[in-house]
Amino acid sequence: MTAATRAEIEAAVITILAAQLLLPVSDVAPDARLDDLGLDSLGKVEAIFALEERFAISIPFNANEPDLPEFDFATVPGIVDGVAGLIAAR
Amino acid sequence: MRRVVITGIGTVNALAKDVPGTFAALTEGRSGIGPLGFRDADRLTIRIGAEVRDWDPAAHLPAANLPLYDPVTQYALVAGAEAVAMAGLPFGLGARGGVILGTAAGGISTWEDSYRAVFAEGRNRVSPLVVPRLMHNAPASHLSIAHGLQGPVFAVSSACASANQAMGLALQQIRSGAADVMLTGGAEAMLCFGGVKAWEGLRVLAPDMCRPFSLGRKGMVIGDGAGVLVFEEESHARARGATVLAEVAGFAMTADARDIVAPDPDGAVAAMRGALADAGLSPADIGHINAHGTGTLANDRSESRAIVRVFGGHAPPVTSTKAAHGHGIGATGAFEAIACILALSRGILPPTLGFQAPDPECRVDLVHRVARGAKVNAVISNAFAFGGLNAVLVLRQA
Repeated sequence: MTAATRAEIEAAVITILAAQLLLPVSDVAPDARLDDLGLDSLGKVEAIFALEERFAISIPFNANEPDLPEFDFATVPGIVDGVAGLIAAR
Repeated sequence: MRRVVITGIGTVNALAKDVPGTFAALTEGRSGIGPLGFRDADRLTIRIGAEVRDWDPAAHLPAANLPLYDPVTQYALVAGAEAVAMAGLPFGLGARGGVILGTAAGGISTWEDSYRAVFAEGRNRVSPLVVPRLMHNAPASHLSIAHGLQGPVFAVSSACASANQAMGLALQQIRSGAADVMLTGGAEAMLCFGGVKAWEGLRVLAPDMCRPFSLGRKGMVIGDGAGVLVFEEESHARARGATVLAEVAGFAMTADARDIVAPDPDGAVAAMRGALADAGLSPADIGHINAHGTGTLANDRSESRAIVRVFGGHAPPVTSTKAAHGHGIGATGAFEAIACILALSRGILPPTLGFQAPDPECRVDLVHRVARGAKVNAVISNAFAFGGLNAVLVLRQA
């Protein structure tokens, strides 16, 4: 796979989150906060799994450390940055 | 009402392969958590657990029977033999004796070995004993065979509440008159590649250590083994001169009916209050709480809130022994009931290991670092499970 562009990563993040939220893609804004979208804890781990499978990365996320995120899962831009960083480090 | 007492206990777990070794480890604050040693552990993200190390089933069980026994059954049989010997229970109680054992995953490594054979290795047949090895009632049924118990025998599978629900049902069998003696508790052998791989996905396992109710916690650590307790109708036990370890004073179970994984303090509060009411005790009568205390953020904060609601500002000292024996999943309530016997019989409240710093969101009097001496007349043991299930036991001096 050639390196994904930031736009491709953002589109994939939004598609995966929208699928978890049962929302149309157009309802997940590129600057959305996940709490505002209403993603619950199981939806979050399912979205992480989908991102890992989509980009062949391992996302360091532990549900017990919300205050010490190795991976910022709070906003769409944060997720896109995190995925891009993991792809670059792959 | 028929009173129920405990006349024998037995265990195999990461701390020791018997009760004396387990009591010593709990008292001294040793942990059974260490690097995982099973096949393909190097492909896991989480590489620690509380395994039963150096396990040699042939040292404990007849070689001819071993092909029938998944590790979950091996652990149950060895723990059961210790419990029955301690109780001095005669063989062949017939229909007046039974077995109710909890297990969450049953013979999971038998599933794994068989799938590996047909899917990964391309073989076209598996052992003819796969079904009797992997069925969830195998540990309970083999205990019934070993000890001649022909009354109520079955498995309870309710994730992390399995053993507490099993013991609650065993209590009810004896109270109702359906049996005089029940072997009960739980067995689990989930520490295999597939078992840990499945848990990893939920992102709730700690990569370093289990740290219940402590800042710095990163989640739970799975443990294997079995705990078996002999529950007996009191006059039956007294008549044969058995040593009584404790009374099973009360039990209650509730369901949150909300979320499939997230705990709800309301359900935990209802279960603790229900168990106290069943025992005829008030919160002030309880001298110690063996908490569910998984070391996950969700459990520890929810459970702390529930304890404060039930016990107010004067909650008794709280311990989670999961950082010692690991989270035994379907067996864990049995390990913890045995830790409660240590508290009741010897006045030793085992420490919560892995502690780093108090969590302001967990306002409980946590016994940590070293054991605490305390004369306790009654204790409660909590178990809260995925599926929103809460099961609480009350044990007291008999």
